[in-house]
Amino acid sequence: MTDKQTDNAVQTTGHAWDGDLQEFNNPLPRWWIWAFYASVAFALIYWILYPVWPVGHDYTKGVLKVSYESNGKTVTRHWNTRAKYIEDMQTGEESLKQKAYLDKVVNASYAAILSDPDMMAFTRSIGKGLFGDNCAACHGSGGNGVIGKFPNLVDDSWLWGGTVEDIHATISNGHRGFMPAFRETLNEEELDEVANYVLSLSGQAVDATKVAAGDKIFNGQKGGCHFCHTHQATGLKSVGSANLTDAVWTIADVPHAADPRHKLEAVKAVIRNGVQREMPTWKTRLSPEQIKLLTVYVHELGGGK
Amino acid sequence: MKFSHESIEINAGLLIVLTLVAISIGGLVEIVPLFYIPGTVEKVDGVRSYTPLEQAGRDIYTREGCYLCHSQMIRPFRDEKLRFGHYSLAAESQYDHPFQWGSKRTGPDLARVGGKYSNAWHVQHLKAPRSVVPESIMPNYPWLLENSLNYSDIADRMRALKKVGVPYSETAEEYQANVKKFGQELADRFNINLADESLLAQAESGNFDGDRSRLTEMDALIAYLQVLGTMVDFSQYDEGYFAEFR
Repeated sequence: MTDKQTDNAVQTTGHAWDGDLQEFNNPLPRWWIWAFYASVAFALIYWILYPVWPVGHDYTKGVLKVSYESNGKTVTRHWNTRAKYIEDMQTGEESLKQKAYLDKVVNASYAAILSDPDMMAFTRSIGKGLFGDNCAACHGSGGNGVIGKFPNLVDDSWLWGGTVEDIHATISNGHRGFMPAFRETLNEEELDEVANYVLSLSGQAVDATKVAAGDKIFNGQKGGCHFCHTHQATGLKSVGSANLTDAVWTIADVPHAADPRHKLEAVKAVIRNGVQREMPTWKTRLSPEQIKLLTVYVHELGGGK
Repeated sequence: MKFSHESIEINAGLLIVLTLVAISIGGLVEIVPLFYIPGTVEKVDGVRSYTPLEQAGRDIYTREGCYLCHSQMIRPFRDEKLRFGHYSLAAESQYDHPFQWGSKRTGPDLARVGGKYSNAWHVQHLKAPRSVVPESIMPNYPWLLENSLNYSDIADRMRALKKVGVPYSETAEEYQANVKKFGQELADRFNINLADESLLAQAESGNFDGDRSRLTEMDALIAYLQVLGTMVDFSQYDEGYFAEFR
């Protein structure tokens, strides 16, 4: 380095600052020059292969072609991302692999799918994505739901039924969960009694005299709770009323209540204000195959009947 | 002085001018032709301008910087189709000023979020995202429910958009043109002279935030979110149709 400087082998820009500061005029590094030529060559090849230059109201199309099916005919067009997309959807390796599985699952009965490990493995893997995109926003990515808002799908308690047929109907058509508000019908005293009775159904420690009074309201004309929840309080699938005997809480957050008083308040609030929940209709957004896969996936999440 | 590479290098002003020229060639060649090449904007039915309420919601969307984390452009790839739905068309954002395409996806793409979730879910999710999606990193936007919607300047906003080509109407002729193009009901919504009435009527009938007693920013934002990506009915087109425009 110092040698070069002293023997003036390197060309300089001719200026000298402060007496001895010079600027070398070295040629560009060889690797850089060749990378530059290579990128020019790449551009020229690209211009030939792909749509590139605007010409008047049109543009050069390039020589690459893409073929796909459209309206029952084979269409061949110049290379473009939309044509590539259609080709990928129709004949891409991954699409065909998935299609083979989809055809198999669509043509199989639910019983056959559930007993076939290969189809179940496919359902689990594709169902996770479908569930994540469409269901997880409300039910949570693991399906645990949110108490008070969206039902838990991983336990074996079902409001609208847990067979594959029930789940299929629920996803396809949606549901409206409704319980009337009792704030006009029952006074605070009576709300307290019914709430005591409801808590006693799943074995919570409560006030025995109030339970007896609540029983009368629940199973009598005054409250009429039994119309939907039945005299056994096990709920009715046809109206989506909750089973109150199983200690599974979907609306009143009893499990997280700090003490018996808060548990009572949680139940009372639900009776006082009623319930209005909506599960959307999915048959307009999802294909029949997707609904079928989701049905199996949700059935397997927990306690499918 | 002889013009040489050196004269560019030692003259900062000339260097700046020539750099700008070189860079703008790229923009001119890539962008300008899109304005006159037919087929840039696909011919599809259903794309319309935003109603005053939706436009107010869109302004809140940009005010809150939603575009910093959410794109509104689904690309034509199989994986994007499987996750978000049909890829976005240029026609779908022809009345968007400014467009919200973006390429930064910290959150998911929102180009087709319309109709995917209920209004109640959106209210809960915007107020406290983690109460419905525990793993979410989206900030809370509780003030959307607290702030009353200020729509005093909505007519002016529509006038500004009309200047850049959005089909809102002010004169009788423009209104008739809208009736022909979008039908009576929508043409009424796009009438600048009835902007306030139209905005209030849509908020009243839609009840987007679940509280009829107040008109909040939440009402407007959800009205906007619920229309995103829903204007074109893709079931009436063969997939090959859109590729013909490329």
